[in-house]
Amino acid sequence: MFGLDKKDATLLVIVAILTLCAPFLLNPFPSESALAQFNAGYPDLMQRFVIFGIFAIGFNILFGLTGYLSFGHAAFLGVGSYSAVWMFKLLSMNVIPAIILSVVVAGLFSLLIGFISLRRSGIYFSILTLAFAQMSFNLAYSVLTPITNGETGLQLTLNDPRILGQSATADGSIPVTSLFGLEMRSTYELVMGPWAFQFNAGYYLCAVIMVLAFYMSIRIFRSPFGLMLRAIKSNQTRMSYTGLNPKPYTLAAFVISGMYAGLAGGLMASMDPLAGAERMQWTASGEVVLMTILGGAGTLIGPVLGAGFIKYFENIFSKINDTVLHSWFSFMPDGLENLVVMLVYPFIGKGWHLTLGLMFMMVVIFLPGGLVEGGQRIRRLFRRKDDTPAAKTEPAE
Amino acid sequence: MMGILEVKNVNKRFGGLQALGDVNLSVAENSVHAIIGPNGAGKSTLLNCLVGKLMPDTGSVLFDGQSVLGRTPHEINQMGISRVFQTPEIFGELTVLENMMIPCFAKRDGSFRMHAIGHMFDEAELVEKAEHMLESMNMAGKHHMHAAAMSRGDKRRLEIAMCLAQEPRLLLLDEPTAGMARADTNNTIDLLKQIKDERDITIAIIEHDMHVVFSLAERITVLAQGMPLVEDTPENIKGHPKVKEAYLGEAH
Repeated sequence: MFGLDKKDATLLVIVAILTLCAPFLLNPFPSESALAQFNAGYPDLMQRFVIFGIFAIGFNILFGLTGYLSFGHAAFLGVGSYSAVWMFKLLSMNVIPAIILSVVVAGLFSLLIGFISLRRSGIYFSILTLAFAQMSFNLAYSVLTPITNGETGLQLTLNDPRILGQSATADGSIPVTSLFGLEMRSTYELVMGPWAFQFNAGYYLCAVIMVLAFYMSIRIFRSPFGLMLRAIKSNQTRMSYTGLNPKPYTLAAFVISGMYAGLAGGLMASMDPLAGAERMQWTASGEVVLMTILGGAGTLIGPVLGAGFIKYFENIFSKINDTVLHSWFSFMPDGLENLVVMLVYPFIGKGWHLTLGLMFMMVVIFLPGGLVEGGQRIRRLFRRKDDTPAAKTEPAE
Repeated sequence: MMGILEVKNVNKRFGGLQALGDVNLSVAENSVHAIIGPNGAGKSTLLNCLVGKLMPDTGSVLFDGQSVLGRTPHEINQMGISRVFQTPEIFGELTVLENMMIPCFAKRDGSFRMHAIGHMFDEAELVEKAEHMLESMNMAGKHHMHAAAMSRGDKRRLEIAMCLAQEPRLLLLDEPTAGMARADTNNTIDLLKQIKDERDITIAIIEHDMHVVFSLAERITVLAQGMPLVEDTPENIKGHPKVKEAYLGEAH
């Protein structure tokens, strides 16, 4: 199906179904129950899941296949966001031209940075990309203020020229982003008994684009081009002595992943039309590295899982405060309750990074292949009960 | 007569060390030419000058009448020179079949082609070629094994198979039996003899093991301290007093 073999097609269909049903799946708890704070099915967070999923899928094409670790991919995301906002300011509030421009600009920008950074490999490549991203971040903050609006970030105003559209709506407010009239913020709420599910137009646009992006990444993984990228990671010496030039292959992978990052940036701005320089900071670049490794670098589904995992914990753990903790442990005697809350407190709220850090360490130490490897181990555990263990080396998926 | 590979007056210095001094070498087409010499004689340096890894200080290296100097390894490979390494260089993380597919693509598509849409195993012609190659190397049934999980001998066979899939005109082997048990060494000798018989190919081999050299070579060049000492047929080399002194004497 669609040029995929059965296994990949199944994976694609599963991912498509999961993303399209996410508003149900992420809201398993009734909205009035105590567990409702673990619900993640609200538009803003769901959008972030799929947008960072796209970002990580693209990053994985570079890092997972070629092994080149870029520490500056947030620069392309940021550039994509700025391009999209400028498109909203100058052309129209339709998201399509904005997204296209963000992909194109990020692609050109990554061609330039990739061309220079790929003169080196290993740690030197990582440092070069990090330096470029930090340079972009600082430029966006300072000298490029006319383009980026510096610290405040680039926003829409009531005086934007907007050639195909109006500067302000009839009631004097800033128009909202839309897809041919369908407003990105429009949300339909479905109430079923105690449950409330939200279906947001913006989320569905992002979800459809993520499924397409995922499909493209499967195609790239299985193509002769993808084989060459894996060859680069495996043995560059053999590759050049087989008559293949690793450089254009790596550069192509770099540009493709830069375009994915630009797409993610463009979508981010389409959901909420503002762009700030902090999107380009090195912590943002580091986050996508974490997502990819946590999920499983070099696997198809890993980066999506990693992105979902990190964004979920970022949003849910950081919402838990000491009042919530006290209500959880209220069944305990007072002294014990305070002690437990005191012990748990550093790991939640603003301390959620501590939890993430510990989880990341556990994954890297015990599951070097990320969450995907964890899944495979569990599956093997079940399979072993059924039939005799076969000493067979299976190729990586 | 002009050989397929002509090395003329090649010099290479590393600081104060003269690694190669005025090396001249002519490898005739469709022959097996061995380069022998004691450790530090400059064999590997010479080989690296042929494949673009090192640039000689002076001199010229012509392959089929064209200079290889100043070209990158992948360009030289595309001209028709394949190299087998002392420790097998294969794609360890990929499967055996994928390993074989890579040189097939390189042969057909050249050093770079943006080919990101099709499925690699949809290229029936190349898959067939790769499978056929594996079969002829007695590696059928190992298609889906990780290359790194194979035995040393199989890795060597795979590497040779990958080189042959490119249909090179000159195959360079750098001590192909180093560290091998006698049985594996004999298998490799048989394999190389078979390759020689089945194809129009020139083989240049750097070797330490006299057994291998005298079983295969048609011509032998002896290097000592970066200089070519003698070049002759195996029969004459065996009895040559200079060679005995420089090399065989200390080894046997």
